[in-house]
Amino acid sequence: MSHRELDDMLGRKWRKPHFVTNPVLRWSLIVGFIAYLIAAFMTIEVDWGRVYEGLDRGWQFILAFTRPDFISRAGDIWGGLLESIVMTVAASVVGILISIPIGLGAARNIAPLPVYMICRGIVAISRALQEIIVAILLVAIFGFGPLAGFLTLSFATIGFLSKLLAEDIESMDKVQAEAIRASGAKWMQWINYGVQPQVMPRLIGLSIYRVDINFRESAILGLVGAGGIGATLNTAFDRYEYDTAAAILILIIGIVMMLEYLSGVIRARVQ
Amino acid sequence: MPVLEKDGAQVWRRHTLREKLVRWFGWLLGLLVFAICWQIISESTTWFFVWDAPRIANDIWTRATPPRWEYITQLGRPIWDTLNIATLGTVIALFLAVPVAFLAARNTTPSALFIRPVALLIIVSTRSINSLIWALLLIAIIGPGVFAGVIAIAIRSIGFCAKLLYEAIEEIDHAQVEAITATGASRWQVMAYGIVPQILPAFAGIAVFRWDINIRESTVLGLVGAGGIGLQLSSSLNVLAWPQVSLILLVILAAVVISEWVSAKVRGAII
Repeated sequence: MSHRELDDMLGRKWRKPHFVTNPVLRWSLIVGFIAYLIAAFMTIEVDWGRVYEGLDRGWQFILAFTRPDFISRAGDIWGGLLESIVMTVAASVVGILISIPIGLGAARNIAPLPVYMICRGIVAISRALQEIIVAILLVAIFGFGPLAGFLTLSFATIGFLSKLLAEDIESMDKVQAEAIRASGAKWMQWINYGVQPQVMPRLIGLSIYRVDINFRESAILGLVGAGGIGATLNTAFDRYEYDTAAAILILIIGIVMMLEYLSGVIRARVQ
Repeated sequence: MPVLEKDGAQVWRRHTLREKLVRWFGWLLGLLVFAICWQIISESTTWFFVWDAPRIANDIWTRATPPRWEYITQLGRPIWDTLNIATLGTVIALFLAVPVAFLAARNTTPSALFIRPVALLIIVSTRSINSLIWALLLIAIIGPGVFAGVIAIAIRSIGFCAKLLYEAIEEIDHAQVEAITATGASRWQVMAYGIVPQILPAFAGIAVFRWDINIRESTVLGLVGAGGIGLQLSSSLNVLAWPQVSLILLVILAAVVISEWVSAKVRGAII
């Protein structure tokens, strides 16, 4: 069996099948994308001289990672970091507590239609608005400081967690819940003994994942005045203090890695 | 089974006394931590502003409605820029993410001891820093503008795309790879005919998914000066032009909803 025989059997040379099988669709996708790329490149203005000048500063910034400066702005860094962590913890607790009833309400197999519509509406609004935009509005309303950041993160947590919790409840095993109900349980008992045990492992996993996201988000809320390490970081960039900025970034990456590791351990244990 | 003696009869309990104590202390500790966090937030909040918040919110609402519809003629270019930031950023990120993913996947990495940790470090560090922070950094280095936004989105997306892609590579069917290897194919031919066809659907899905997220993120990049519609948002906020702000928020909301719809459709067609 040589390679030629396969080609003879096919009557043409063998070629890899294409990912998009319809040739008209394939070519229009390719041509359209190339046309878009050309149009996009034509309209982007890049000041190459400015970029070239910046390369030097970029290199200095990379060098700064080899000698991060935790000391000279230690007060600001720890203050900002503490505020970020405090915001994360408080917002996660409040967000999770609120998202449980809303998640129950947004599950079609538990909630009556009017409740379902209201809860789904809340989830949709919370998911469509980004944290930073919510933070801008809340800072305008509540004034500068961590309260605005705390409210922003709580609001974002509700949308994220309620949606996933509701989906989990909707796909649960009905038989167990029915068995509890058949024993004459009240509504609260039904939820506690029929539904909760089924969704608890995933709820814990998602909550910890959300703590992780909340910390990452809390690092940028400071850019718009909503408290946290972001304000310190912004100041460090504005003053071209790259060694301080590098120190802050290293701390953020370190804490995120630690949280990710921790959430992996906890999720492996509950599941 | 945990039971309780009550008037000579045995009553079923969910937890033993010991479990109950542990749980009780857990809740107490959690409550304490939350109380401390709340105390810290409360201390740095100007409560006068908070009590005044309903009036302020009402005031902003009356200023912001109705949106200044005719301002939309000036938003064409910023929307085009936003689209470019998201799309070009995603394209660049995918080009960079593919090699990183192959180096990070356990079954394709050339060296699990030396190269894999480096690839994983790239993934973690690009992923844990928000695109706004990348933009902030790039603006300090290469100057404000759309280009900084494109690069910020690209760097931020590398980690995300590479992580999902390397998980897809690790889950491929090994029999197909072996079959291609058995024909005497070289390393690159095994890659092209054994591995790539298996991960192509996942790759396309990841690309569209990340593009959707990038549209979201690029709408706010302008807040720090990295081009796009966020630039208009921040200048309108700075001059307190609330009718323009509400129009821009509506446009951003529409962009987010449309991109989510497109991404859901495309992913539905692939899978």
